[in-house]
Amino acid sequence: MSEMKPMSDNTPGSPERRRFIGVATAAAGLALAPGVMLIEVAHGRPEDQAASAAVRWGMLVDATKCVADCNECVSACSTENGWTPVAESKHPRQAPQWIRKLELQDPLTQLETNLPMMCQHCGEPPCVDVCPTGASFKRADGIVLVNRHTCIGCRYCMMACPYKARSLVHEPLNDTQKPDVPRGIGCVEACTFCVQKVDRGDGNTACAEACTKAGHNAILFGDMNDPESEISKRLRELPTKQVRADLNLNTGIRHHGI
Amino acid sequence: MASITFREVEGSSLKYWMLFGFLGLFVLFGALSWNTMHHYGHVVTGMDNQIVWGLPHVFAVFLIVAASGALNVASIASVFSKPMYKPLAPLSAILSLALLLGGLLVLVLDLGRSDRLIVAMTNFNFKSMFTWNVFLYTGFFVLVGIYLWTMLDRSVKSYSKAAGTAAFLWRLTLTTGTGSLFGFLVARELYGTAMLAPMFIIMSFAYGLAIYLMVLAAAYAWTGRALGDIVMMRLKTLLAVFVAAVLYFVVVQHMTSLYFTKFHAVEAFMLRDGGIITTLFWVGQIVIGCVIPLVILLSGLGKQRSWIMIACGLVILGGIVQMYVTIIGAQAYPLDMFPGVTEKSSFFDGEVHPYSPSMPELFLGLGGVAIALLATVFGIKVLRLLPASLDDATVAKLEH
Repeated sequence: MSEMKPMSDNTPGSPERRRFIGVATAAAGLALAPGVMLIEVAHGRPEDQAASAAVRWGMLVDATKCVADCNECVSACSTENGWTPVAESKHPRQAPQWIRKLELQDPLTQLETNLPMMCQHCGEPPCVDVCPTGASFKRADGIVLVNRHTCIGCRYCMMACPYKARSLVHEPLNDTQKPDVPRGIGCVEACTFCVQKVDRGDGNTACAEACTKAGHNAILFGDMNDPESEISKRLRELPTKQVRADLNLNTGIRHHGI
Repeated sequence: MASITFREVEGSSLKYWMLFGFLGLFVLFGALSWNTMHHYGHVVTGMDNQIVWGLPHVFAVFLIVAASGALNVASIASVFSKPMYKPLAPLSAILSLALLLGGLLVLVLDLGRSDRLIVAMTNFNFKSMFTWNVFLYTGFFVLVGIYLWTMLDRSVKSYSKAAGTAAFLWRLTLTTGTGSLFGFLVARELYGTAMLAPMFIIMSFAYGLAIYLMVLAAAYAWTGRALGDIVMMRLKTLLAVFVAAVLYFVVVQHMTSLYFTKFHAVEAFMLRDGGIITTLFWVGQIVIGCVIPLVILLSGLGKQRSWIMIACGLVILGGIVQMYVTIIGAQAYPLDMFPGVTEKSSFFDGEVHPYSPSMPELFLGLGGVAIALLATVFGIKVLRLLPASLDDATVAKLEH
């Protein structure tokens, strides 16, 4: 008993207790502040609110502004979504590529065209049609996604996609994964229109941001259902095409200059 | 009508257990292959994001198609009431069940997440041909199982024709479903046609019958039972008709594609410039799988048992090659997103995609074949599936 500290140290108002309360309050404040701040920032869709069909997320790719040998969109996608760039992969043929730069050339006229190619977020996606478990799905706002938890890795969607937009994760993933971009071995994945950014309220994708930052402005992302959105205005003015328009898939990505 | 005695294979000889052990060894290799693929991922296979379905699918689809065809003989007996085929029916039913089992195992063990099989059985998308196939396969097991029961149990024998007819209709639907797995794909030039469903049905007739004939002959030869020429000659003529029909469908499909300018490039790839795919098509699918068997079966050679067996072996080999050409060939040819222009990218757009199957893929596929044969070998030991004798005198009595 003689080793016990004097009672007075634990009594209310003692200097030690006051110090503790002070530190604890500060710690709690530090822990809560980012959360409070984030609520301010997150003017996107609340988690309990379903994606709305009033919105149709889409993209305008202006191939006339897309520059050969520029890979900014691809790098930005890889950084944002945590997939290893193909140049760094030990197995390039098996490495996932959510977006890639495509070089086209007309054999007769020699005209070269460059454009980024990724999931076209079809209105009538063949991948969703063929998926046996319903893991491939289209959100109400037009974003085509793969549910990481119900994808069985059958690759039927990869057989069905006319754009070769999907990849299977062929090997265990390293630790470059992003907390808000779930990925995993044996599952199929593709461009998500940076759904995590969209749901945060960023209103833009990593590739479009990177293209703008690089000064090319070849990619414009936005709500195609909102007549006042930048993308809707541009789409009204600029002649655009869908890739494989013959399939009548109503793609979410429209191209100018192809 | 004369009655036929069915008897189990004794299955206690060293030869039986050696066969059992030999097949078991391949099942073990298959299991190890699956384990490797599951542990390391599909990175250990020759498959990639270009060739997404590889050798396991070739084996799986071949076995599933052959499964439906192996039921032929039973269907002729019960649906078309040909008494000569009645004693041959039980083996036909067990073989079709066994082949389907082998094919399905390869298919599900090649999934990226084969541990999630339960997800495939509890989450359905009814617009997917795969989902329909899950039900078609399950239904096939149930219907052929019931059919087999009506053949083996005298108390339910009167339902045999009804059960046989149901199984017959179901298996036509099943192979339509298997063909439509490819027929319902819009993206690739060589798929997306209604031709694939009937073509797969006729292919199933040929492959299934060839396997049936080999298993029948082996079972009778190795157990010392009599198998007369009447049965063999009748079945080999039927096989020739089926093989000729397969050839007809293949010719019509390519002739149609050759007429359309938009398919010229892909047809040139398949028939002329596709390297290994072209060689496999002409040498494997057409010459080995169709022409040589037809020559053997329709000429004097077809009167000899050993030549019939060679023809059957070639039809089976040609069938596996046909699946390879159909499944790998269509993927090897690049997707034509921008017709008329050349494409280049880090994702191998615009290039013909190479594919070299790895050991795990080969042994996973062979494991499926081994499972199918093992199940058959076990089936004839425990069930009365094989008539004690199929000599000409016994068979002739059935027809009168």
